[in-house]
Amino acid sequence: MHEFTYVAPSSVEEIVQFLAQHREKARPFCGGTDILVQMRSGVRRPSYLLDVKTAPETRLFEFDPAKGLRIGAAVPCADVSADPAVRRYYPGLAEAANLIGSVQIRNRASLGGNLANASPAADTVPALIALGAKAVLRSVQGQREVPVEGFVTAPGRTILNADEVITEFVIPPPQRGGADAYLRFVPRNEMDIAVAGVGVFVKMEGQRCVEARIVLGAVGPTQIVASEAMAYLRGRTLNEGVVSHAAELAAQAASPIDDVRGTREFRRHLVAVLTRRSLLAAAKRAQANQS
Amino acid sequence: MGSHTTESSFRVIGTRPIRHDGVEKVTGRAKYGADYYVAGMLHGKVLRSPHAHARIKSIDFSRALALPGVKAVVTGKDLPEGENKTVPLGEMTVNPRYLGQNILARDKVLYYGHAVAAVAAISPHIAEQALELIEVDYEVLPPVLSVEQAMAEGAPILHPDLRNEELGDVPTNVAKHVVLTRGDVEAGFREAHFIVEREFRTSMVHQGYIEPHNALAIYNADGKATIYCSTQGPFEVRGMSAAVLGLPVGSIKVVPAEIGGGFGGKTTVYLEPLALLLAMKTGQPVKMVMTRSEVLRATGPTSGSLIRVKMGCTKEGKITAAKIWMAYEAGAFPGSPVGAATMTVLAPYAIPNVQIDGYDVVVNKPKTAAYRAPGATNAAFAAETVIDELAELCGIDPLDIRILNGAREGTPHPAGPPYRRIGFIETCEAIKASEHYRSNLEGPNRGRGVASGFWFNAGMQSAAVVNIHLDGTASVVTGSPDIGGTRAACAMIAAEVLGLNVEDVRPVVTDTDSIGHTDVTGGSRVTFATGMAVFRAAEDALAQLKERAAKLWECKVEEVEFRDGKFYCKTNNATPLSVSELAKRLPRLGGPVTGRATVNARGVGPSFATCCIDVEVDPETGRVQILRCTVAQDAGRAIHPAYVEGQMQGGTAQGIGWALNEEYIYDSDGHLMNSTLLDYRMPTCPDLPMIETIIVEVPNPGHPLGVRGVGEVSIVPPPAAIANAVYRAVGVRMTELPMSPARLWKAIAQKESTRSGLGRAQHG
Repeated sequence: MHEFTYVAPSSVEEIVQFLAQHREKARPFCGGTDILVQMRSGVRRPSYLLDVKTAPETRLFEFDPAKGLRIGAAVPCADVSADPAVRRYYPGLAEAANLIGSVQIRNRASLGGNLANASPAADTVPALIALGAKAVLRSVQGQREVPVEGFVTAPGRTILNADEVITEFVIPPPQRGGADAYLRFVPRNEMDIAVAGVGVFVKMEGQRCVEARIVLGAVGPTQIVASEAMAYLRGRTLNEGVVSHAAELAAQAASPIDDVRGTREFRRHLVAVLTRRSLLAAAKRAQANQS
Repeated sequence: MGSHTTESSFRVIGTRPIRHDGVEKVTGRAKYGADYYVAGMLHGKVLRSPHAHARIKSIDFSRALALPGVKAVVTGKDLPEGENKTVPLGEMTVNPRYLGQNILARDKVLYYGHAVAAVAAISPHIAEQALELIEVDYEVLPPVLSVEQAMAEGAPILHPDLRNEELGDVPTNVAKHVVLTRGDVEAGFREAHFIVEREFRTSMVHQGYIEPHNALAIYNADGKATIYCSTQGPFEVRGMSAAVLGLPVGSIKVVPAEIGGGFGGKTTVYLEPLALLLAMKTGQPVKMVMTRSEVLRATGPTSGSLIRVKMGCTKEGKITAAKIWMAYEAGAFPGSPVGAATMTVLAPYAIPNVQIDGYDVVVNKPKTAAYRAPGATNAAFAAETVIDELAELCGIDPLDIRILNGAREGTPHPAGPPYRRIGFIETCEAIKASEHYRSNLEGPNRGRGVASGFWFNAGMQSAAVVNIHLDGTASVVTGSPDIGGTRAACAMIAAEVLGLNVEDVRPVVTDTDSIGHTDVTGGSRVTFATGMAVFRAAEDALAQLKERAAKLWECKVEEVEFRDGKFYCKTNNATPLSVSELAKRLPRLGGPVTGRATVNARGVGPSFATCCIDVEVDPETGRVQILRCTVAQDAGRAIHPAYVEGQMQGGTAQGIGWALNEEYIYDSDGHLMNSTLLDYRMPTCPDLPMIETIIVEVPNPGHPLGVRGVGEVSIVPPPAAIANAVYRAVGVRMTELPMSPARLWKAIAQKESTRSGLGRAQHG
C-alpha cells in the first residue's frame, strides 16, 4: 500500500476545513471496510484518510415520530439495525443494514460510507431511496440537503464535491399504513455482496396500495427506481397477480451486466423474484400499520 | 506389535484432552510465518504476469533497481535451468525444471499470475513501487483454458518439449495417459439390465487455507541458509529449494512455523527459493508474504475436470461394468492427480469389469497442487451420482446398492492387491442405522442424498525422539508440522506407552536439522506413520527405563515388569516405581534416557467415508441450503476422537463448498476473475449446519494401534451427496460443479419448460 496520513478531526468544521485545503487528496472514511481494500489493491490512492467518525456530529442518532429519523453518517450499521425505532418504523432499513458483510464488518461500516463508496450493490442505498431519505452535505460553503436518489451517478461516482462530506441522513417520519422492506440475493448466508437487491416502500389503505416505491440494486450502474412498476401499483389491490406483474415491470427496468457474481439473465429474473417477495413483505407490514 | 496396548487397557488413547498447542493459538502467541522479524530484514515482492500465455521478449528492471531502497531484482535467468526429469520427493515427484519455471518464468508465462520477477527492498511498500517500474515486453499467445481445448487438434502448445509415451515424438498438451482395466467391460455391459451414461464437469477449486504463503530466508557468508516458512513439509522445502537453486541440500535448514491451514497446498514451494535467492543476492535476510489475490492466482488449486461415466447393473443392482474417461487439468505444468483419480473412483466397490482412462492435461492456469484426497472428489462426484441413478432405476435404497456392491476384505483394489480388513460397508451401515437417515424429511423442495468416498492414505518416512526428563515428564520430538491435531495424538501415544499423564508429555515439531528425515504432512499419514515412530520411540525409552530399574534393583532386566504406570521387580520386594520416581534417579543410573525410532511405514490402511445430506432448494433462485449433514468414516482407531471428528467436519465443509459455490472463474483471455475471498465463495459458518459425525473403528491390521489416516476422505462424498439430494428435492440431475444458484436455477427452469411443453419457464 502507498504511504498516506491518517487524520482524526474533532468536529465537522475541522473536516470541511481540511477538505477545502486538500480536496481530492483527502478521502473521508468511517469504518474503512471499502477504502482500505481499495487502497491495498491500488484502486484509490488518497494522501489523507480523514476519519469522519471522530467528529461527534456524525454519530448523531435521533428519532421523533413527528419529524422522522436522523442518523449520523458514521453510525455503524450494527447500531442502525439494532435500534428499536428503526426496527419498528423502518424495518427495511434495518434489514439492509443487517445484511452488510459480517458482524465484525457491521460494527465498522456506516450508512455514509456505504453511500459515498457508490457501489451499485450497496445494500442500504436502495432501502434509503425507497424511504425517500435525504443526505445532509457540508462544506466550508455551507450545508445542503439532497435526496439519496440520484446521489450516485456511476459506479464509484457521486454528486459529492471534492470539498464536501456527508454528515447525516434525514428520513421522513413513518406514515400510517406505510412500511418498507429490503431483500437481496446472495449465494451465501453472510460475507457476501448482492447479486441483486430490492428495496420497497408501500402505503396501504385497506387492501389498496396508494403509494409504492421500488428501488433496485446491483442490476445497473447505479440504483434504479422502477417507476413503471411503481405507477402500475398505485391504486391497485395488492393481490398475487398484481404483485407479480409489478415484479415483471421491475425486472424490465433493470439493466444488469454479466459478471462473476451473476449473469444478466439470472439477475433480471432475481429482480422479479425479490420485488414480488419484498412487496408482499412490505404490504403485510403496512397493513399492520394501519391501525 | 505392542501387546500391552490392547483395547481394554487404553488409558489415554480414545480420550479427549485439550490440545497442547491450544493456549498459544487462542491467545495469539503462536508464531506463524508472517510473525518472524529479524534485524536488517528486507521485504520481497513478486511481479506477476498479466497474461495467461505469452512469450517474454525482454525484461527491463533498471528503473526498479534505481529506486532508492531497492536492493535486488531477480528474474528467471537468475535460476539454474534444472534437470527436465522426474525425481521422487516425499509423497510426490518433482521435475526440477518445471518447479523452477513455476517459481520464476523463464521464456514464457503460462498463466495469469505466473511469477516473472521478484524485488527485495527495505520496505514492502518500496518493493511494491519497484514492481511498477519493471518493464516486461510480452508477445501474447492464445491461451488454452480447458482440457477439450488442450486436447484438440492444432491446439496451442504450452511446452514445446513436452512428450508422452503414447504419442511418441509429437508436441502435446497431454502429459500422461493412464489406463486401468479389469475383466471385459463390453461383456459386462451385455450382462447389465440398466445402463447409465453421463458427462460431468468440475472447475478448479482452491484449498482455501486462511494463512497466505510466507517465507523468511537468511543466508550466511559461510553458504549456510535458514528458511522459516509455513509448510506441511520442511524436508520437502529443503529438497525443492536446493534443487531449484542448485545448492547442496545440507546447506539449508528449514524451520516450520505454526501453520494456518494447508490441506495439501503447502506441500510444494513458491516463495521459499525466491526469498533465499534474494537473500543470497543481497546478503540480508528477506521476508516474503503473499497477498490473498496472489494465493488464489498463483498457488494451489486442484484440477478442474471432464469425466464421462458409463455404468451398468443387473435388475437387482449388482454393478456389472464401469467405463470411465477422465481428463484433469494439471495447470501450467504436468502433474494433475488424475492417476489417483483413476485408482479411487471405483475403489469402494467390487466391480468385475472395469476400464478407466485418465489424461493429465496442461492448460494455461496455475500449476495444481495437492488438495485433500487429490483427484478423488471430482471422480466421486461423477461415479457416485451415476450409482445413485442406478439405485433409482433398480428401485433400491442408495445405501443398499453400495452395500450390495461394496468392497470387503479380499476384494481386489482396482490398482493393487486385495484389501486387508476395511470398513467401507460399516460406514454405509452406520449411516443406514443413524437417526438422521431414519428420520423423515418433510416439506417441499427438500431432498436427501448419500454418497461414499475412498482415500488410500500414506505411510512413508518418519522419525521420532522421546526424551524422559528428570522430573518424569517427557517431550516428543517429530518433524511433522501439525495441521490437524497430530501433536496431541503423538503426545497421547507416548503417554499411553509410558504410563504418563498426557499433560506431562510435551509435543514438539522441530526443524530439519533436529530430527531424522520426515516426509510431508500429507496423505493423512502423521498419526499413522509418525504416530508409529512415536509409539516405537516410546517403547525404546521404556526399554531403557527398564534397564535402569534393573540396575537400581540389581536384578536382570527381564525381571523388571512395567504395568499400570509402574515398574515392578518380579524377583525381589523392591518398592515399585513410577516413571517419574525412576526419572529422578537417572543421573545416578547412567544419565538421561532418550528413546528414538524411525519408520518407513508399511501397513497403510485405506479410509472410507459415507455421507448423508439433507438440502432445501429455493426453486425460484436455485439456492441450496444444507439442512442436515451426517458423515460416517472409518478411523481404524480414533486416538483423539474430537480431532478425528474435526477432520471429518473440516473435510465435509470443504466438500460442501466445492459442491455449491467454489470455482475458479476465467474470462476468455484466461484472467482469473475472482481472486478474492468475496468472489471465491467458500462456505461461512452460517452456511453450514453442525456436521454430525459417526466414527467407525475397524482397526487397521497394519498398525500397532489400528490407526488409519483420517484427514482426507471426508471431502470426497459431499458434492455427489448434495447432487443426489438436489435431485430428490427438485428433480434435476446436476452434472456440473459447483451447483451454484444461477446454474441450478437454469436447470430447474429448463426442466419446468420441458414439462409444461410450452417452451417457457414458469418462474417469476
